Amino acid sequence: MKAIATTRRRKATGLPQRHAEAPPPAILPERFADWFVGRGWTPRPHQLALLANAAAGRSTLLIAPTGAGKTLAGFLPSLVSLAARPPKAPRPEGIHTLYVSPLKALAIDIARNVERPVAEMKLPVRLETRTGDTPQHKRTRQRLDPPDMLLTTPEQVALLLASSEAERLFANLRVVVFDELHSLVTSKRGDLLSLGLARLRRHAPGLVTIGLSATVADPDDLRAWLVPQAVRDDSVDGEAPDREDADTAERSGRAANPDSPSPRWGEGSAPWRAERALGDEGEGRATPAAAHAPLADADADGAEGLAPPHPDRSADAFRSDLSPPGRGEEEGDSRAPPWDAVPVAPAAGVEKPRDTPLALGRGIPVRRGLAPAAAAPALAYPTDGRGRRLAELVLVEGGAKPEIAILDSEQHIPWAGHTARYAYGDILKAIGEHRMSLVFVNTRSQAELIFQELWRINSGSLPIALHHGSLDAGQRRKVEAAMAAGQLRAVVCTSTLDLGIDWGDVDLVINVGAPKGASRLAQRIGRANHRLDEPSQAILVPANRFEVLECRAALDANYLGAQDTPPIRPGGLDVLAQHVLGMATAAPFTFEELFDEIRTASPYRDVDRETFERVVDFVATGGYALRSYERYAKIRKDKDGRWRVANPRIAQQYRLNVGTILEAPLLNVRMTRMSRNSVPLRGGRVLGKIEEYFIETLAPGDTFLFAGQILAFGGIRDNEVIATRTKDDTPKIPIYAGGKFPLTTYLAKGVRALVADPAEWHRLPDTVADWLRLQQERSLLPGTDQLLVETFPRGNRTYLVAYPFEGRLAHQTLGMLLTRRLERAHLKPMGFVASDYALGVWALGDIGAAFAAGTPTVDELFDRDMLGDDLEAWLAESYLLKRTFRNTALISGLVERRSPGQEKSGRQVTVSTDLVYDVLRRHEPDHILMRATWTDAAAGLLDVRRLSDMLSRISGRIIHKRLDRISPLAVPVMLDIGKESVGGEAREDILRDAAEDIIREAME
Amino acid sequence: MRDMAAAFDGFDFAGGFAAAAAPRPAPPETPMRIAGTELLPTPDGALWWAAERMLVVADLHFEKGSTFARRGQLLPPYDTGDTLARLSRVVERFAPRVVVALGDSFHESDAAGRLLPQHAAMLADLQRGREWIWIAGNHDPAIGGRVGGAEMAELRAGPLRFVHEPRQGAPQGEIAGHLHPVVRVVGKGGSVRRRCFAQDGRRAVLPAFGAYAGGLSLFHRAFAGLFSTELKPFVCGRDAVYAIARANLRAD
Repeated sequence: MKAIATTRRRKATGLPQRHAEAPPPAILPERFADWFVGRGWTPRPHQLALLANAAAGRSTLLIAPTGAGKTLAGFLPSLVSLAARPPKAPRPEGIHTLYVSPLKALAIDIARNVERPVAEMKLPVRLETRTGDTPQHKRTRQRLDPPDMLLTTPEQVALLLASSEAERLFANLRVVVFDELHSLVTSKRGDLLSLGLARLRRHAPGLVTIGLSATVADPDDLRAWLVPQAVRDDSVDGEAPDREDADTAERSGRAANPDSPSPRWGEGSAPWRAERALGDEGEGRATPAAAHAPLADADADGAEGLAPPHPDRSADAFRSDLSPPGRGEEEGDSRAPPWDAVPVAPAAGVEKPRDTPLALGRGIPVRRGLAPAAAAPALAYPTDGRGRRLAELVLVEGGAKPEIAILDSEQHIPWAGHTARYAYGDILKAIGEHRMSLVFVNTRSQAELIFQELWRINSGSLPIALHHGSLDAGQRRKVEAAMAAGQLRAVVCTSTLDLGIDWGDVDLVINVGAPKGASRLAQRIGRANHRLDEPSQAILVPANRFEVLECRAALDANYLGAQDTPPIRPGGLDVLAQHVLGMATAAPFTFEELFDEIRTASPYRDVDRETFERVVDFVATGGYALRSYERYAKIRKDKDGRWRVANPRIAQQYRLNVGTILEAPLLNVRMTRMSRNSVPLRGGRVLGKIEEYFIETLAPGDTFLFAGQILAFGGIRDNEVIATRTKDDTPKIPIYAGGKFPLTTYLAKGVRALVADPAEWHRLPDTVADWLRLQQERSLLPGTDQLLVETFPRGNRTYLVAYPFEGRLAHQTLGMLLTRRLERAHLKPMGFVASDYALGVWALGDIGAAFAAGTPTVDELFDRDMLGDDLEAWLAESYLLKRTFRNTALISGLVERRSPGQEKSGRQVTVSTDLVYDVLRRHEPDHILMRATWTDAAAGLLDVRRLSDMLSRISGRIIHKRLDRISPLAVPVMLDIGKESVGGEAREDILRDAAEDIIREAME
Repeated sequence: MRDMAAAFDGFDFAGGFAAAAAPRPAPPETPMRIAGTELLPTPDGALWWAAERMLVVADLHFEKGSTFARRGQLLPPYDTGDTLARLSRVVERFAPRVVVALGDSFHESDAAGRLLPQHAAMLADLQRGREWIWIAGNHDPAIGGRVGGAEMAELRAGPLRFVHEPRQGAPQGEIAGHLHPVVRVVGKGGSVRRRCFAQDGRRAVLPAFGAYAGGLSLFHRAFAGLFSTELKPFVCGRDAVYAIARANLRAD
């Protein structure tokens, strides 16, 4: 094995020189400075930068590689702020810092890590976790007596916000830390969390957010996510001014008019002008900004949108070097002193915001309840080209570059397939040469297979374990513990270990199969050597020849530090519906307030009034044109025009169904023994959960791999898969379910470039380079922007193979649309197969001859207009939309996952969402949920956008090559035929074929 | 009951990517024989007894949508109209002398009172000029005369006996509903899960006709012991009903 490419190794000691200045003493309290010294550490510049930003009331996105001390950076501002609280003053009520992580385990892990500095510095900080696993009594206690810092998950945030204690819990919230933000924001969980954040801001308008992220393609998406977006005026004329401007202009007028019916700016925000403490807004500034307090300026007319949010609450909250607070609570104000009431410099000139209106002569009473939605702080946010407000960005580059190699096996690299079976010997050898390896694969079935096969050849009995999401939680915990204890040499795992949990001393990452995305690869490789200054070691193991190209492209991407995380989509309307019900559960709301609130969340900033009206209508009565459910309304308008839940059961129902994580239908796998007459016995151990669709393809007696064992399928009993151990050593290997991660656009481009440039081929293994050369001889290789379409006869069919390299999803959609067109051209298409790289269609008619005769031309066949009616027509019947609809129906609350009392009565109240879909499509196809479904499917399952981009890109650049036999490049996709599941459109022919079987059976 | 209800969920969740396939003519309609009586199953899930001009449907579950809505799940309120429209289609096709609904015609007994005026009128139209029999089901033991038609516990006609719930060990000739049979059929390149008529020549269980009525796999233990080894389901396709050999059936 040799490394084909190794990236440069940065000096492993010390910090980059430009960061090496001493920290400004004012920033880091002595207690903290001493603690750093005591541990032999120097605070890293980005850690100080975050502290300074928070001190200035500014939210920040920190992008840093693994091992850069991100966690400490995220918590330092809170710890400093909490440490500065006067020891004797009563503790302000509620949570000071909320930390949100996508994983329960991560929250718990981080809690352990933060407890250490807290203990070592003897900080008066109470820190607790709250997850779905937290016992009920502890959760109740947390609501009554909340800790200073709560480490939790997005679902718990939604639940807390929907509780009646929300105000008490969050009114004094200062900091919200979002960990692994890059992984949160691209999902519906992120959508829900963004709405939760918008609500948190109404409880605590001055809160500061800190996002911790791995490198991403577009940091601005994350920066926008972290701060409140300006709510645009939703007035009738299209060119409505940005409400930020409108309000800024109006503000003093409004302030002078206490009767203003709905002040857009809360009494809590002071119309001061503050000097930007942070100098320029340049991205990538890694030096700490000085923590100047904002300059107060009593000149109210000078407001230009530059006021700090709550100067007394945030500006100096992170400073500890000042004297104890003036309490300054007004009578009747139940709120705790802000930021532990450290006076702001210049202390004398600054009044607390609640005083400010008084000083301005506004007789506004002390606020109770929520701040107006648009009371977002009027900081001068940096903005991007799309007018989005952005958080500050602190970018930590560098760290040692990983050493990545593509496996150079002695073995022949296969044409097709995803098992990488040829490389198992090499993988085992690599494991033997390292302390602790992680073997990443893309699917559970691959994990099972590799685990099994490695043990088959594991003559040295190296301790190798298996970890994937379907395994029983107890089993996973065991593996994790063994890893942390250093008892293992390797773990075969899926993306369940992708996220930033520090399990142990991993020194090698082996990625089997194509990485599918450069960012994912970087994340996985980051698992090795969790220290910034040591290079990670990684080996890529391509499973077939196309994957060699992909690995090569990924490796080049990593060289360049290129990132290809998906762009953030607009927020899901199903999630919005769930949130609306949650907010009604918390407290009655008015339409206008909530509309403004949700639009401060960046995924929802473009929601228009009509859409929001439809969403609220949906939550209330289903929003159907046939208005027959008024009496069953879940939320109703009261006489003050506020929406409130119709009855307590609705609130209970909301709490049971909160969240956006939907599991694919899964069945427990229970291993039992056979009775003497070969009937599986009752009882036995549950090994984990398996996808329903996989079991559907098994017949009793079939063997399959699960939990590292070969099992025989016995049947389904009480909704569990009954399996028995078998001596069979050749399991029926599941079809590669693949497709979970399609090839990213970025890598696709890399692959196309590699194919198009023979000068680069020397960097490829010989088998692969020879393969490309042969293709050049027999057919041709397309240029970077061209699309090669080959046609050739084989058997009694003709084949069309196209090579768009746009990922499986886009190819599947393309295949579906092409076959419709071929059908119309009377070419009798029989089916198609799609891979990440290519698409193969077979037909009874002669496609090549049709192209030659122009009936149709190849350009006509690939015309972009297929995305119009053809797409609509196909989708309407596609099961893909049904699958998407199921998620939408569950998330939006149309259908419950769990209903109150269900556990007690044992009676499940379920309805098939497929049936609901069929009925809704027939009777109200433009219902808001159908729209949400279509949007989701187009973006997710169909990749319509990408297909559309591709069709535009290749327009006029299609090369048709008519061949008399299969080309070398076509072999992999042709080998997939028969392995992939290809069915008839209405799938009526499955029934017909099966019915014909019965006739044959009768004839024999 | 719990796992049975759970199995009702997820009707037709088959995966598999579709390609346009060359359309082939639908096979001729195949009748089934129960207790020597020839009966024609329709793709909609109704059973036509030509000799008696009798149309049989099972498990209409009218107003299932509004029943759910009452409990906070605001399902689209179009199920009753949809079921009625399909029922009208088969009634139009056969012009039956008598229509027998094999129970669970309404999702709740009092749901008959919740029919929207337009739906009540539609139902009355269907009933006009023919005999209409509501067999009592577990969901609707007593409709209470809220709609036209006669309510009966069961109906005997010739060699056949029409009931809601199939009974173990019943003599041959029983035509029942209640179980909502569906089955997964595997063929070349995929599998589909469809409603079916479960029958073995001695008895038959009809598929549910209602728009929101889910399905229960033929392999579920609720079916155990009801059918002989001669069980041969007639599976409802889009255009036709197909008799499918045992080898092509799968549990799910």
